[in-house]
Amino acid sequence: MSESIPIVNYLVLGDEPHLVSNECTNCKARFFDRRNACARCFGTDFNQVAVATTGELRSFTIVEFAAPGVEVPFVSAIIDCDGTSVNANIINTKPVPEHISLSMKVRLATYSMGTDAKGVEAIGFGFEPVQAA
Amino acid sequence: MSAQDEVWILGINMTKFGKHPERDVVDLGVEAIQAALKDAGVTMADIGVLAAGNLRGHGGIGQMLQKQVGQTGIPVYNVANACATGATALRTAVMAIKAGECDYGLAVGVEKLAGAGLLAGANRAEDNENWTPEGRFGAVVPVDGRIGTATMPGVFAQIGIEYGHKYGGVDFELFAKISEKNHSHSTLNPLAAYNKEMSLEQIMNDLMIAYPNTRPMCSANCDGAAAAVVVSGAKLKTLSREQQRRAVKISASILTTDPWEEACQVLPDVNTLTRNAAKTAYETAGVGPEDLDLVELHDCFATAELVHYDNLMLCEEGGAVDFFNSGATWRTGSMPVNVSGGLQSKGHPISATGIANIWEVCQHLRDECGDRQIEDAKVGLAHVIGLGSACGLHILERSAA
Repeated sequence: MSESIPIVNYLVLGDEPHLVSNECTNCKARFFDRRNACARCFGTDFNQVAVATTGELRSFTIVEFAAPGVEVPFVSAIIDCDGTSVNANIINTKPVPEHISLSMKVRLATYSMGTDAKGVEAIGFGFEPVQAA
Repeated sequence: MSAQDEVWILGINMTKFGKHPERDVVDLGVEAIQAALKDAGVTMADIGVLAAGNLRGHGGIGQMLQKQVGQTGIPVYNVANACATGATALRTAVMAIKAGECDYGLAVGVEKLAGAGLLAGANRAEDNENWTPEGRFGAVVPVDGRIGTATMPGVFAQIGIEYGHKYGGVDFELFAKISEKNHSHSTLNPLAAYNKEMSLEQIMNDLMIAYPNTRPMCSANCDGAAAAVVVSGAKLKTLSREQQRRAVKISASILTTDPWEEACQVLPDVNTLTRNAAKTAYETAGVGPEDLDLVELHDCFATAELVHYDNLMLCEEGGAVDFFNSGATWRTGSMPVNVSGGLQSKGHPISATGIANIWEVCQHLRDECGDRQIEDAKVGLAHVIGLGSACGLHILERSAA
């Protein structure tokens, strides 16, 4: 079986792919990036916690104009995953306003980004509508 | 605040915003500085501190400008705070006066941006040959376009749409109407980069950049500079009646950054820091939003203008859509917003913006705004946001002299 690697280290692969965040042990603030300290309470201890794989669309845009090499159009969205805000693309639906609506239910989905020179497959993620639009 | 502690704008200028292919940042900065000094009736010999901003150059803009307008040996602060750079420069000069270090200060912001394209997310690095986790997210590839967007039109589109999720009533046409207002206002501003009327249809049918922001709903990249001379209240009392009459009081000069909020590291929160700045500014100045005769706010995108009606408390919380639809923010309305044409048509040479919006307010408060004068304007507010984030907010009052 070929090796695979997630697009970012806060995506956990396996049978049930999910996102993880660094949660401050003191104030429970959550962060996706490597932390030096908590931006909210200045604490320095964190636990890695799983983020809900389903959520609700809180905002979005459909990007039509971007850097060379970026495939457009695509939907960038802010998703409320049971209290944790996540930024991701909305995938597996047409990137047009008619297919995207505020408060729509979405779930995490992964996809192959291809393999590198050594044959390692990178896995990307987005969120897809729970009900086909 | 006693009269002794007050700080006033004694002279101020903005250059024509637009394309200046034959002139560099120094030329533009010098034009604004020399015109502001002339407007103030002072020279570089009087100035005790210089604060200068320029984001796209190679640093040291303050000293570069001094070498063309006068090397007097005064302290220079080269400041950078994204699109709040100009306001930060002004506030730096104000603080030096408040600290009692000098009587006169000079602030300048200048940028060359004509034809710059996207200011963030304009380039994406090539993918590596081998997937190697890099940076604070351990990303194996550049993530712009793969995990959301790095572009400003997209980020601010999400900020506007989020307001709709919270309070409802938001759609493409609403945001386009905000842009229609600002483009209409710009027709009266000869210094604006673009001063053509645009119909709602034209705006909605123009090139889509990031839904719902079409091209005319985005701030216009252009060249320009703005500069201001500030003076202590005590010194102003010794100046001519004419200088005292034309001086504009800085009733509040506030700078805030974004406090931690749950989603702020996923989508920049431009709301909380603006609201915090507004609250502090109204308290400091002893005025309320109902006292304002005009507002220049940071409409870097049409989607941003809407949320700031609410953040600046120009309307009741959650009421920005109804407030706009009432016609209040047109120049003929009860709370004229961006009568200069705003960043969407006047233009947004990023470091100059935070002083140019103060120039606009000053022109009205001094009754010197010609065709677009807001009659009998006594109090105005100027607001800028630099993403990252910083909010610069000034409340300005006409002289009683």
